[in-house]
Formats: sequence, structure tokens, C-alpha cells
Amino acid sequence: MSAKPSLEKRPEPGPGPGSGPGPDGPPLLELRDLHVGYGAIEALKGVDLEVRRGEVVALLGANGAGKSTTLKTVSGMLAPRSGEVLLHGERIDGITSHQLVRFGLGHVPEGRRVFGRMTVLENLHMGAYRLRRPDPADLERVFALFPRLHERRRQVAGTLSGGEQQMLAIGRALMGKPELLLLDEPSMGLAPLIVQQIFGILREINEQGTTLLLVEQNATQALQLADRGYVLETGELVMSGPAGELLSDPRIRAAYLGEHVEAEAEAEAEAGRG
Amino acid sequence: MTINDIWDVFVLGMVLGSLYAVIAIGYTLVYGVLQLLNFAHSEVFMAGGFGGLIVLTLVEPVAAPSGVQSVGYVLLGMAGGAALGGTVAYFLEKVAYRPLRRRRAPRLVFLITAIGASFFLYNLAGKIFGRNAVPMPSAYENKRVLTVFGTSLNITQLLILGSAVVMLLGVDYVVNRTKLGSGIRAVAQDPEVASLMGVDIDKVVSRTFVLGGLMGGVAGFLFGTNVQVFPTMGFLPGVTAFAAAVLGGIGNVRGAMLGGLLLGVVEAFTVDLVGDEWRYVGAFAVLVLVLMFRPTGILGERVARAA
Repeated sequence: MSAKPSLEKRPEPGPGPGSGPGPDGPPLLELRDLHVGYGAIEALKGVDLEVRRGEVVALLGANGAGKSTTLKTVSGMLAPRSGEVLLHGERIDGITSHQLVRFGLGHVPEGRRVFGRMTVLENLHMGAYRLRRPDPADLERVFALFPRLHERRRQVAGTLSGGEQQMLAIGRALMGKPELLLLDEPSMGLAPLIVQQIFGILREINEQGTTLLLVEQNATQALQLADRGYVLETGELVMSGPAGELLSDPRIRAAYLGEHVEAEAEAEAEAGRG
Repeated sequence: MTINDIWDVFVLGMVLGSLYAVIAIGYTLVYGVLQLLNFAHSEVFMAGGFGGLIVLTLVEPVAAPSGVQSVGYVLLGMAGGAALGGTVAYFLEKVAYRPLRRRRAPRLVFLITAIGASFFLYNLAGKIFGRNAVPMPSAYENKRVLTVFGTSLNITQLLILGSAVVMLLGVDYVVNRTKLGSGIRAVAQDPEVASLMGVDIDKVVSRTFVLGGLMGGVAGFLFGTNVQVFPTMGFLPGVTAFAAAVLGGIGNVRGAMLGGLLLGVVEAFTVDLVGDEWRYVGAFAVLVLVLMFRPTGILGERVARAA
């Protein structure tokens, strides 16, 4: 797979409302030449990425490509070896995660990681920990997005189904009033129908004005929701562009959309050249 | 043994057990947030004994205090115990454990540090206050004041029971109903995600130590009033309370209360039925038996945390 750098290109406005690029000025989130490692292993080898206000950006890649590492670095769980993370144009690398929530960052971690021994309501209140007290309007919003959570608000989170836990993890992050929501594999381990439902709600959340940076292995779902996408491979960005283009790119289709019919991809590529 | 005798021994056991429960909270809270067996907590308890002793020695209670004076002395003694217990716990975390967390030291290093801190603290107390046992200046005349179903209790016993109940209800409220409590529970379940929610782990850990230290300090003062104050006074109550925390399910606050009361009652019956030299045998036999069938303790879920 050859690199197809297109970072110079301004993002195309997506089809949905609220997805147009923000006003001029710095992007909401910007990664500059980010290097992150664990011990001797270099997990990110110079990643440049930007997310503009109101966008949905998908970060795709196989297992171990560095997707989660990227999110963890943004939310301060990992410190970069070099490079910069900018939020609203200000450096945030080196700031610890508990302080970063105040900058309007919400993180839905991989594997959901709800507080299993707390009730649904307590989990949601934890999401608003940085605030003096949970905002009732936010609680109402979360319950409107996820009526199931309202039904189960007194239930202990560990007893919820996987899909419900994912909804809770998203709802919990929303309680902290994030401007930028980082989502790490929200589709992981969930039935296709639930995944569709969750992605529908993510679109709604975006339309309500929250910017999303979405890490996914489920490239089809992610690119259908996203305005733009980046593809990571062993710590390096190998492709980026508007979601529609990536979705129809034969190399993406072959590598991430599980299209095993290589002939078809090749035929499409041929057609594209011709 | 008549039913009255059984009741007598049971009440004695509850008095003893309520003290264990209060100390056990300190072990279980710290274990909850750090998975650390803080063996130096017995010295926090001891510091509480000396805290009360210092304050009451300075105040010099009058010979035959009035009721109001007695209440005042007791409250001052408790405040002294809580203050020194809380202070020692605060610095213990800051000086002994925090640097290890910064360096992500393995768990064994924490354990050795805890034991080292324990040795250091009781030897320091021995150096400062001397190694002999000192009686607590009496804040009241310890007469029998209340008879419950034929068992009469003296003021010290009532004081221990009453203040233990208040502290246990208080800590239960703090853990389950306050913001600090949600922080403590979140850190105990998943520190990484807790910090994503904006929980300052260092702050929560520090306050957890202080919370356990305040309670352990008051318990030290009460123990000192009932027995005496000496540098190694924390050892046996500490070990028993630690066992109580494990018995109840370490990390679980209500489990620690239950475990403390249970061990106290078992200890009282062992002394009464078998003899004083068997004091700790009964309690620890119960511990071993319970753990054989419920390795995570009475109310414990999983001892190890995923990831």
C-alpha cells in the first residue's frame, strides 16, 4: 500500500449538517509529528493529523497500528517522545488526563470500561466529576439519546449488556460537556444491529455540535459516519482523505472492508485508471 | 453458660470488634485505591494513642471532673488522636508511598516499604516517648452507667461502641454519598478511567490515607484509654484488624465493619470459653475457615482487578 498524503487538502464538507469545517483559525485538535513509544517499541512514528470543529474524523487501521496509542496520547494517558498535541491551538501534551477534561476533552475508552460496581446513574455522575455537580440538562440529553440507560439507571453497570455498556460509556463521557469526543472502537464486540444503532446516535451527537475523533476497525461503519478519515499502519499514516473517497478506494476496500475478492478490487482499480 | 453470660460476652465482643472495625476501615480503604497492604496503619493507630495522650497531658484533667468537663476531655483526646493519626497517615503516603508510585515500583516494593515504615514509626515513638506503657490521663470516672438486658457497661465501653458507630456510619456516608467517596470508588475500580473523568488520583489517594488515619487515630485514643499507650500498641490490634479487613473482603468498607465485629465477638467467646492464652487462636481459626470457603472474604468480589 503506497502512501497518499493529502494533508494539504482542506477537508471536504460532509453530507450531514453540522459537519462543515469550523471558522478560520486553528483546528480543534492537531497532532504534529507525534512520536510515542513503549520501551523499545515505537508505536507512533511521526503522526500528523487534524480535526476541525464540528467534524467527524475516523482513524482506521489494523490491530496494533497505533490507533489507541494516538487517542491515549491525546488524552494524556501517554506522553509523547516528541511532537506536539494542540487543542484549540494550544499545546496540551504533557498535561495529565485528569486536568485535560477541563479543556473539553471526552474519552470513551476501548472496551467501554464502565465502573462495573456502580449504578448507571453513578457512572453518569462520575462523567461529570470535573463539574461542581452534574448538569441535569446533560443527564436529560443522555437519557434522550439512550432511553435504555434511563430504564436501567438504578441497575449496577456490570450487569448491563455489551451494547448498553457502550451506550453508558458514551453517555458518561458526554456528562463532562466535551467539545471533542474521542471514541476508541465503539463497535468492538457488538452485534451489527447494535453497532448501527450506536453509530446512528453518534451522528446525532455530532449534529448536536460535538466533534468526534473515532478509532475503528470497522471501517465501513466509521467511514459512513465520518467526514474524513486517516489510515494508520504500524505507527505511520499511510492514507487520508474525505470519507467517501476512502470508502471507495480499492486498497481500503481490500485491506479494511474485508473484501477478499482481489480481482474485483483490481478491476475497479483498472477502471479508475482507464 | 446461661443466656445472660452469652449476652455478656457478646456485648464485650462487640466493644472489641467495633474498635477492630474502625481500624480495619483504614486497611481496606487504602487497599481499595492502591491495592496496597499498608502494614504501617497499625502505627497510625499508635500515633492516635500518643496524640490523645499528648493533648490530655497538656490539658491536665481535674481530679473529679464534672460531666461537661469529662465530655470536653474526651472530645479533646479524640481530636488529638485524630489529628496525629491523620498527620502521620498523610506524611506516610507522601513520603513513603508516593515516590514509589511515581516510579511505578512493583507491588513487593510497596509491601517492604510498608513494613519498613511500620518499624521506623514505632521505633521513632519509642525514642520520643519512651518504650514503657503509659496510662491515659483519666478524663472521667469509669463507672458502670448503663445496663442492657442485664449486662452493665462502663463509660469506656460505651464510648468505644458509640464513637465506633458514629465513625462507621460517617465513613459509609463519605464513601457512598460524597464526591470524595465517588472518587475513591472510581479509583478503586479503574484508576485510569477515573482520571479520564477528571479524578485527581494523587489527591484521592492522599485523602483516603487521611480518612483512614483520622479514624485509626481516634481508635488509638480509645484503645489507650481502655488499656494503655505504648509504641508497640498497634501491633496486635493492627494484625487483627487487618485480618478483619481480609475476612470481610478487602477493599469493601462494609465488609471491614462486618469482619471487625465478627472477629471481636469470636475473640471474646474464645477468651471466655477456652482461656485468655487462646485469645487470637479462635479469631484466626475463623479467618482461615472463612477464607477456605470464600477466598475473597465475606463481602468481597474479586481480589485482583482486571488489567
